[in-house]
Formats: sequence, structure tokens, C-alpha cells
Amino acid sequence: MGNFTMPSLGADMEFGRLTHWLVKPGDEVKHGDVVAVVDTEKSEIEIEIFEDGTIEELVVPEGGRVPVGTVLARLAAAKTAEVPSATTPAQPSTSTIAPTVDRDDQRRSTSRFAAPLSTSAETPLGLVESPLVRHLAERLHLDVSSLAGSGPGGVVTRADVERAARLIETPAVPRQLVLSHRPSSPLARRLAVELGVDLGAVSGTGPGGSVIERDVRLAAHAVQSSEGAYTPSTNEDRQRAMQHAIGLLMARSKREIPHYYLATTIQLSNAIAWLEDVNNARPAAERLLLASVLLSATARAVVKVPEMNGFYDQGAFSPSEKVHLGVAISQRGGGLIAPAIHDAETLAPQAMMVHLTDLVRRARTGRLRSSEMSDPTITVTNLGDLGVDSVLGVIYPPQVAIVGFGRLKDQPWVEDGALAIRPCIIVTLSGDHRVSDGMRGARFLTEIDHWLQEPEKL
Amino acid sequence: MTNDEARALMRSVLRSIAPEVDLDDVAQGETIQEALELDSFDFLQFVTGLAEVTGREMPERDYPKLSTVEGCVEYLTQAH
Repeated sequence: MGNFTMPSLGADMEFGRLTHWLVKPGDEVKHGDVVAVVDTEKSEIEIEIFEDGTIEELVVPEGGRVPVGTVLARLAAAKTAEVPSATTPAQPSTSTIAPTVDRDDQRRSTSRFAAPLSTSAETPLGLVESPLVRHLAERLHLDVSSLAGSGPGGVVTRADVERAARLIETPAVPRQLVLSHRPSSPLARRLAVELGVDLGAVSGTGPGGSVIERDVRLAAHAVQSSEGAYTPSTNEDRQRAMQHAIGLLMARSKREIPHYYLATTIQLSNAIAWLEDVNNARPAAERLLLASVLLSATARAVVKVPEMNGFYDQGAFSPSEKVHLGVAISQRGGGLIAPAIHDAETLAPQAMMVHLTDLVRRARTGRLRSSEMSDPTITVTNLGDLGVDSVLGVIYPPQVAIVGFGRLKDQPWVEDGALAIRPCIIVTLSGDHRVSDGMRGARFLTEIDHWLQEPEKL
Repeated sequence: MTNDEARALMRSVLRSIAPEVDLDDVAQGETIQEALELDSFDFLQFVTGLAEVTGREMPERDYPKLSTVEGCVEYLTQAH
């Protein structure tokens, strides 16, 4: 028996609204099946299940908006699959996702914003095992007794403390929401603002009847369940919500990640000639774009410099064996989404083009899948199409690097002591200094250059 | 193909790629891609759409001729 929970579809996701169930009780499901559709601030995402079994019960009805980690459905496992704990998704059984990524996904879905409300209600607060965590809380003037833990057995982790501290740090709490007669913790007040909960209407279960984090979450959950859902009513609302979500994530990136930046100009005569040759024989529908060659070269180069590929979280870097290449795709009318092309290091430009076309089309008109949203290990952005010479990206946490390609442009180029005109592109790297440095970054860009000089070997 | 037919074809192909854009927003001399903020993906789909309807090959070397509305109309209306 296992639980199917609301996945984290990116570091900026805290809630999701379940818009459609694609299964019903009694249905058998297999690893990789799409079982539901979830609406995030960004778009509708198809949610895959990573476990075999039979759907027993749909816990959250269509339209319900719940925090990441909430149990959406219960599953009767097929034969052997024993699920370790309520909030731990089963390990994917195929090798398409690297073990390091699995661990991270698992941790993210359990330690993100909220533990499932169904369990947090019974979990005692303020369980702290680590002296380090206690020390950190003291240093940040946080009362650990009011914190709900997301670690094993409800233990308060470093991430819980840091998150609580961040919530309190955030400035500008609207006055009327703070003016509650009921005693409440600073974290509860902050959270109330964030979740739109009226503190005056919440009954407290903390020391002296004070309102604490858990009370606010429960109240927020109750409101959401009774109202059905938040739905971005117009496209404009969605845009605004999306811009807001991106803003929060990028602010976090700039606050936490010590970026370093490198740029180099790459001469693309070979790549362009190769591309022309390939495309010459093909009808328009089967032609390759330069982007597919750039992406293949980047993915191959990543393999040589693994410090660019993986997740940094809780003070440690977990490299990924596979390259799940996030591709920044602008959406019509604004907004940006960066879903992953899986196992990109194995894809030649031809296969890359097929994946890319499919991904762009679905990002803009249809639906992306949960695995594509949650596990890019490095991202590529390509603003060159819209005419800028170079782009220095902001790293998507918890990733540790973003590569930017600018505009393809004819440039004066010195070759064998003579001046020539060559098609060139500026490629940039924004790297995380906690994981790599300029030396390794330079190696990575040089590696991309090498591959682009020999596109036929990709 | 007449001028009007060419424009109608461009309109319908564009609609299938980016429903919110309007060909009338492209000023004379402006490139379609820049004026309508189409990326190379959209442009490839645009060319693919035109090629499929007209049955013409539209090789990459002709892309520059297809970059503006006027150029596109001329390309589509001329005998080949």
C-alpha cells in the first residue's frame, strides 16, 4: 500500500491544483503512467506515477488545491513494492533517472514547504535531534518548539529552520493581518499573510493557546478545501502569478547562489555548413535547427565536467550521472518555463530536434509531464533568436549552472593570420561557485566549442 | 496564387502557430520574426506550413526571401 503525493514540479512550486484525474479506483497503474493533471502557477502538468499497483482511493477531489507532498491517492501495491513511508515516492525502477536525482526528488517532496497535512496534524512540534539545527535556530532567534518538522519522524531539519527564517525575514506584512488579538508566532503571522489566512479566525494550539505554523496551515487547507480552488481566472492572472513565482525563485537564486560568469565566442562555420548539408536534402518539416546542435554539444560537454550537472541542496552537491537538459522556453504572451529533455547526453542532433520540437509544442499549447518539470539537472537558455548578442542566465535552484547562447552573427575572425568573416555565437556560463570555479567553467565552455567544431561526431 | 491568396495563406499558417499574432502588426520592411516575436521554431513551422500547402520545397537558402511580408507575398505569388 502506497501513497501517491503531490509532486514538487520545480523549486518554486508550493501548491498545485488537481484539475483532472485520469484514473479511478480499481484502475491498475504502472511506473511512468500519467495519472492526473495538475495546474501550477505556470501551466498544466501531466503527473506520472512511479510505482506499479492498483488505485484504491482518490483522496483529493478534482479542483482541490493542496501543498506539495499531500497525499492525492492511495495505491494498493503490486506484489512486492513496499513503500518506505507515506511521503516517499517509490524509487523509479528504470534507469532513466539517476540515483542522485531520485534521492533529491524524494527529499524535495518531503521537505518542501509543507509536510502532508494529514500527518503533520499528529506529529509533535519542535522535535530537534541535531545540535547544529538547534544552534542555527537559536542564532536566528527562532522558537523551535513552534516549528513543524519535515525530517524523518517529524524531526525539525536545517531546511525547516532556514525556511522559517526566510519567511520571517520577508518584509512588508500588511498591517491588518498582524493586528490579531490572539498571540501568534512570527512565523505563523508571516505564513498567514502568505496563505491569505485571517489569524483572528484561527484557534491556536501552541503554548498558551498561541497560533503557530501548523494552525495556519490547517486553516489554509480548510479554506482551500471548502472553496474548491484558486483558479487563475484570466490569462492575465496566470501571467501575473507566473511572473511572481519566477521572481521568487530568481530572488532566491541571487540570494543564495554565488554566481560566477564566463563568456566565449565560438566560430560556427563547421556547424552551419554541416547543418545546411543535412537540411538541404530534407523537406521543411524534417529540418534541424541550430538549437538542436547547440543542445547536443552542451549535453556532451557536461559529461566531461560533472560539476555543472546536478543539484546543490542543504550544503552539499549531488552530481547527476544523467544529463536532463532544461530548455528555457518562452510562452506565448510572456512567461518562461524550463522543462527537461531527459538523457540528453545520448541524443544526436537529429533525435534532439525531435525531442525539442515535441517539448516546445507541448510547453506552448499542451501539457508537460511532471518528470520534465521536476528534474532538469542543468539549463540552457537561447535568447539569440530575439536578437541579443549574449545572455547571462540566473541559475535555477537547486541546479548549479545555466548556459546561454546568444545570436548567430557574422563576425570578423582572424584565422591563420588573415581576416575572415565567420558565423559566430557567444556562449556564456553562469556557474555556482560553491560547486565549481572559473577554471572548470572555462573547461566546460571549451568542451562545448570542441563539439561544435565537429558536429558530425555528435 | 494572387496577392490576397498569399496573405490569406500566411495568416492561416500563422494562426496555427501563434493564434494571438496578427500579420497586420508587421510594418513594411520589418521582418516577420522580429515584429511578431517568433523564435526560430515558430519560423520553421511557418515555412513548413507554407511548404506543405503550396507543395513547394522552400529550401533554407530561400529563407531570407521569406523574412518580410512583402518578400513572402512575392515568393508565394511568383511562378516556380
